[in-house]
Amino acid sequence: MTRVLLFGRLRDRADWRERVFEPSPATLFDLKALIAAEDADLAAALDGPGVQAAVDKALVRGDVALAPGAEVAFLPPMSGG
Amino acid sequence: MIRLTQEPFDPGAELTRFCRGRTETGAVASFVGLARGEGGAAAALELEAWPGFTEARIEEIAGEATGRFSLQDVAIIHRIGKIAPGEAIVLVLTASAHRREAFEACDYLMDYLKSRAPFWKREHGPEGARWVEPTARDLEDMGRWED
Repeated sequence: MTRVLLFGRLRDRADWRERVFEPSPATLFDLKALIAAEDADLAAALDGPGVQAAVDKALVRGDVALAPGAEVAFLPPMSGG
Repeated sequence: MIRLTQEPFDPGAELTRFCRGRTETGAVASFVGLARGEGGAAAALELEAWPGFTEARIEEIAGEATGRFSLQDVAIIHRIGKIAPGEAIVLVLTASAHRREAFEACDYLMDYLKSRAPFWKREHGPEGARWVEPTARDLEDMGRWED
């Protein structure tokens, strides 16, 4: 299984903050394709400006392999302070 | 010391504690960020973090600042959850032997927190809620340190 977390405005867009995908997609792009198949708007938002992906709490770029049990987070532009 | 807290905190008390027993420090700089009410347009701010990840990322940048500015110590306290106008959102404290390093490190850490630290900020007002993202000015400020 792959656990997916959404933060900030992505969560409002999706109406969920955490979901499990079973069976595990093999790669990050496969996961995005699964999301796109059910919610094209959300998938477009995940590819929007400034959105970063983290796999097992490490930021990644482009497509990466997902081990079974991986945790994937999508992070919109960050702003603290 | 990095701390995220749901509860209001007292920046003065934290500064006093941070300064205690420092016989070789010479300089402590502090920055306090307060929630602005925007004349009623922002009734509350709401900050979301990713527990574990957010602290680890801030820890990383505090480590970079320590090396870059020869700091003796750093403390960052950041609110999460709902924050009322006038309450402290963030406190940054830096300790070094001489003042220039302490001032610059404080400035650097705040620029980082504004546009790179894993927080997501929402402003609640009479018109509803809106997500706040880094401004062009925030990104320009961050750029000053990247050469």
